[in-house]
Order: sequence, then structure tokens, then C-alpha cells
Amino acid sequence: MLIWENIKLAFQALFANKMRSLLTMLGIIIGIGSVISIMTVSSSLKTSITDSFQEMGASNITVGIRQRGEEEEVRSNGMHFGALEKSASADEDDLITDEMLEELQSSFSDKIDAVAISENVGSATVEDGNTSCNISISGINADYFESSQITLLAGRKISQGDLDGKKKVIMVSDKVIDAFFDGDNASALAQGIYVNQNGVTTKYYIVGVYQYEENSNFSSESDEDITTAAYIPLTTGKEALHSDKGYSQFTVVTATSVESVSDFASEIETFFAPYYAANEDYEIATSTMESMTESMTEMISTVSIAISFIAGISLLVGGIGVMNIMLVSITERTREIGTRKALGARNSSIRLQFIIESIVLCFVGGCLGIITGFILGAIAATILGYSASAPVGAIILSVAFSMLIGMFFGYYPANKAAKMDPIEALRYE
Amino acid sequence: MKEQEQCIINLQQIRKSFFLGQPNELEILHGINLKVKKGEFVSIVGESGSGKSTLMNLIGALERPTSGTYHLENIDIGTANDKVLSDIRNQKIGFVFQTYNLIARTTSLANVELPMLYAGLPKKERTARAKELLNMMGMGDRMNHRPDELSGGQKQRTAIARAMANDPSIILADEPTGALDSETGRHIMDIFHRLHREQGKTIVLITHSRELAEETERIITLKDGAITGERRGGSYADLGKH
Ligand SMILES: Nc1ncnc2c1ncn2[C@@H]1O[C@H](COP(=O)(O)OP(=O)(O)OP(=O)(O)O)[C@@H](O)[C@H]1O
Ligand SMILES: [Mg+2]
Repeated sequence: MLIWENIKLAFQALFANKMRSLLTMLGIIIGIGSVISIMTVSSSLKTSITDSFQEMGASNITVGIRQRGEEEEVRSNGMHFGALEKSASADEDDLITDEMLEELQSSFSDKIDAVAISENVGSATVEDGNTSCNISISGINADYFESSQITLLAGRKISQGDLDGKKKVIMVSDKVIDAFFDGDNASALAQGIYVNQNGVTTKYYIVGVYQYEENSNFSSESDEDITTAAYIPLTTGKEALHSDKGYSQFTVVTATSVESVSDFASEIETFFAPYYAANEDYEIATSTMESMTESMTEMISTVSIAISFIAGISLLVGGIGVMNIMLVSITERTREIGTRKALGARNSSIRLQFIIESIVLCFVGGCLGIITGFILGAIAATILGYSASAPVGAIILSVAFSMLIGMFFGYYPANKAAKMDPIEALRYE
Repeated sequence: MKEQEQCIINLQQIRKSFFLGQPNELEILHGINLKVKKGEFVSIVGESGSGKSTLMNLIGALERPTSGTYHLENIDIGTANDKVLSDIRNQKIGFVFQTYNLIARTTSLANVELPMLYAGLPKKERTARAKELLNMMGMGDRMNHRPDELSGGQKQRTAIARAMANDPSIILADEPTGALDSETGRHIMDIFHRLHREQGKTIVLITHSRELAEETERIITLKDGAITGERRGGSYADLGKH
């Protein structure tokens, strides 16, 4: 009951000296505000990454070979996993073979919708007279687009027929069409383009044009020297690479009936274990969107918490400001303290009154800081191109922390007030 | 023993000194013996600086004597701790100051509620009692005014209502009319007489006005920290006149 009265009293005192209260709270507002704005940006970033990863296929499992002993590194940073290309030391015996894939598909036929394979063939340029255009070629199987979405603008995707016939066909982005066919997607179909890879020029026929999606998050390349992906049949790609053995990685598109993607991922690892039991250098590892998102957001969290911590130091300065103003306020109200004691206030009641006043001051400052911080963070997130989302945990923590600061820095002044001699306080001029 | 019980305030050989720097010790009260009976109306007079307020603060349990014993309703003030002292101030004593000492920025009602708040009374009871007291003091239409919106007389009436909040047996008033014009002072004095007669309050009043002192039952004269005279008063005419 006394607490509630004291809270009311504290708000009265706060509003009686609006300007002074605001200036006192400024330190807290800035401290909490900067922490919250950082957390807002990071929370928005996390949400958008999670969303886009989910969009890219939450049900996909990437399976690949991994050098033994690298376990730790891969676990802590799933992003590296996908980048594991045919490393120099992995020879053909280490790769995943067609037989293994067939075996996998028949063992888990009810759980696997498709197996998407993509092998990096390398970067190349499309050339025609003075015009050239950078592409990065991937050899894919017919199921590849089950695992990653594209928007087809004209023509068709790579088909099983293309694979069987090892045809020299290619799917290119509309950027390539812009450069060579003045953006006329339809007329580009069935036309031949000359692809120069390491000085070897090969003629491919365009079967499909897909829409290039600007990767707003990470790309900073200008429009001219942009490299877009081009797709050729996997078999054709292998021929170009003079390699016929197997794959370093592939993607399993799980059936909707699979409840836990990560559980299935471990099942796949178990399935491959016997094949690689005798292999001293390599083993099979899996990675799901889930684990990739996790490690990505974890990284963002760590960074933002570290920055917030530094920003939080300004809270210390804010706290000292609060302590200072509380000392001033107590001196100003010495007679009031004396009167309260004469009316029967115990030392503890006086202490409680001023601690609560300090807590309320910091609490209001914290709330204002949260509001300004969230607004600033939301603006920053919007400018960076993410939709803003509120960092709920950080907000709750900030409220609690600002109150804790009020308690900590209010204790000394409040105790000073509590210990005042009633007579001296009453005689104070 | 009977007499002892009736004696609500009992000071024996009370000395009070203040420390002024290291070597100097200034004794203000030199062995005061004073007994006040329950229901008595006593006034203390004396020159400025004679130690009246110092004595009053001791009686009010705002501080402890340097030596001597003080019993208030048989509680030894000299050895009591902060909790006991604050409870005594809260329950047994009502202070009225020359400078009112109302809490700024809070209404008359909230000021009167304050001692009851410290006593732990629930909000409803507090408000009801505070309203009743303010009405009694003729402040019914000023309950929601803050101190800076009140006249001196109104402030002092609010202060008296506040002193009465927990229905204490003793009212200590240190020059309650000192800052008021004589007519308003008269009015305040009438209130004390009423509290004394109608509610049987024990009242100790410090005043510089010989006239007002004469109205009380006993007049104690203080000079240089010692009681030099004590005589009967009691020339207060009936309340009905005012
Ligand atoms: N805290 C203190 N420290 C030092 N000296 C004090 C203190 N309190 C009171 N005194 C001294 O004690 C003496 C008595 O003071 P007190 O206030 O009791 O006088 P008083 O009789 O109430 O005077 P007045 O009628 O002017 O109010 C004064 O000389 C004063 O200077
Ligand atoms: Mg005095």
C-alpha cells in the first residue's frame, strides 16, 4: 500500500519538474535507446533471414561430403557447409555415386520427394563480338528446381531428356537476354550462344529464361559486371569437366509427410555411414535450413549483444546522473523529510520513498528510451530493407535493467535521506 | 503510583547539549524537571533562544536527551530506537509548527492522510477520517487545494487537522500563531481550546503572546535553559463568544 502511494508521489515529483526530470532521464534514454535500436535492427535482420531461408525451402536437406575432423567448425557455422566444393584433396573415390543415390531413394522412397543435384561447372563468359556477359555455370539434374525456386520467363527447365542426351542446352537469366537479345526472351529461345570457359568456347542452345532476382541483402555489384547463374544438364557439365564419378553434395527435398526434417537428416547420415566407414578422409554430413538459420541468427545475436553491451555502458553514466539529481532533490526537500519523520515516518519509509522515486525516474526514462530506440531501429531496418520487428526479450530486459539502475543509484541518496536527523531536517533553511 | 500514571509527560533532570566543532559543547537545557498530567493544557513562555523549541523537540520524541530520563506514557524515550520513536510520533503525538510544514504539491486532504498512511490505515478509512477532520476545522471547501493555494490560517488549520489524524493524546504546538495576524491567531487558539475541552487532549503550547499563555491552565517560564517560574493561568472565556 505504501509502495503504491510512493509510486504516485514519485510521478507527482517527476511531473512537477518536467524539464529537470527529462534532462536527468536523458542518460537512461540514450543508453536504453541505443541498445533497443541495435536490437531492433538485429531482430529485424534475424526475422528476415529466417523468413527468406524458410522460403528457400525449410524441408530441404543438403547432404555432402565433409573432411573428417572438421565437425566442430561445420557445426558452429553451417554456412560453410554449402560452400564445400570439390576440394583439391577429395578424389573421385570420396564422392557420392549414382548408386548410393539410387539406394537412398529406394530406401526412403516415402520420405524423399526429389533429389536435387547441382555441380559447379565454373564461371564463364558469354561472348558475341564486343558484347560479353559473366555467368556461373551449374550442372543440374531434372529435379534440381524442386529444391530452389525460380521464375521462368520463357521456354522450359532442363529436362530428363536433356540429361539423357547430354544435350548442349542452357538456361540463362534475363540479364543475359538483355545483353544479347535486347531483352526479347521469346526470340532468344533455341538460339545459340557462345560460352567461353578457360579459353574453350562451347555453343549452347537456350531452352529457358528465368528471372534474375536481385539479392538485395548481400550484393553490391553494378549491373554490368554482374554474374548470373546459368544451368546446363548435369551430364553435359560432367562431360565438360571430364569427370564422371560422382557428386560432392546434393539436396534432398523431403516429403511433406516427414515430421522432423532434422531427424530425417540424421537418418540420412546413418544411411551413408557404412559407405564411408572405410574412408579415412571423408564422411557424410547433412545440413538443414533449420540449422543454417540457427547458426546465422546466433551469429547476429552475438554481434548485437556485444555492441549493445558497449552501448549499455552509457547507462552507467545515466545512472550517475540520476544519483546526482536525487541528491539535489533530497537536499531541496530536507524540510519535507523532517516533517515526514515528525509525522511518524520510519527511516525505512523515507528510504523506500526515495528509492521508488529513483526507480520510477529510471523506469520512465527506460520506457522513453525503448520507444525512441525502437522508432530509430525500425527506421534503420526499413532503410536497410528489412521489415521491422520488435526485440521483445531485449525490451523486457531493458525495463528490468533500467529499474535495477534506479534501485542501485537511488540507494545511496535514499539512505542519506533516511538517516537525516529529524530536528536538523526540520531546522534546515 | 496513581500520580505517576496520570503523568503523561515526565522529564527528570533533562540536559541537552549540542556539539559545535571539536572542543565546544554547548549545553542548552540544564536539568529540566517537568511533569504534564493527562488532559492538561500547558504553555511554555520565555525569551527567544531560551530553549523552548529544544525542549519541545525532546517532548515530541524527535530527539533524545543528552542526559536525564524522559518517560512518555511510561515509555523510556532515552533508550528507544527509531522504530519505537517514529511510532510514538505517529500515534501519540500531533505536531503543529509555526511554519505549518505542509508537504508541498500535495492537497490538504493528502497532507491530513499522511500520518494515517504511515500508520498503515487503508485508503478508504484514511480519506473518510481526513475529510471529517478538515470539515471540523472548517476546511471542507479547501480539501483539494495545495498549500500554495491556501492562506496562513487555512494552512495552520490543515496542519492541526493533520496533527489530529491518528487521534494522538498529546498535541505539541510550537508558536502556532506566530506567523498569523491576531484575529486568525485567536481563531487557531480557539481550536486548541476546543480540542482540549471537548476531546480531552493534552496540549503543550509554546507562545510569545502573554495574552494567549494566560488562557492556558499552567504557564511555565523558561530562561537560559532552565525553568524559572511556574504558575496557574486559566482566564479563557467561554467558547460560545467566538
Ligand atoms: N542543532 C543545534 N545546534 C546548535 N545549537 C542549537 C541547535 N538547536 C538549537 N540550538 C541553540 O539552542 C538555543 C535554543 O534554541 P531554541 O530553538 O530552543 O530557542 P527558542 O526558545 O525556541 O527560541 P525562539 O523563541 O526564537 O524560537 C539557541 O541558542 C540555539 O542557537
Ligand atoms: Mg523556537
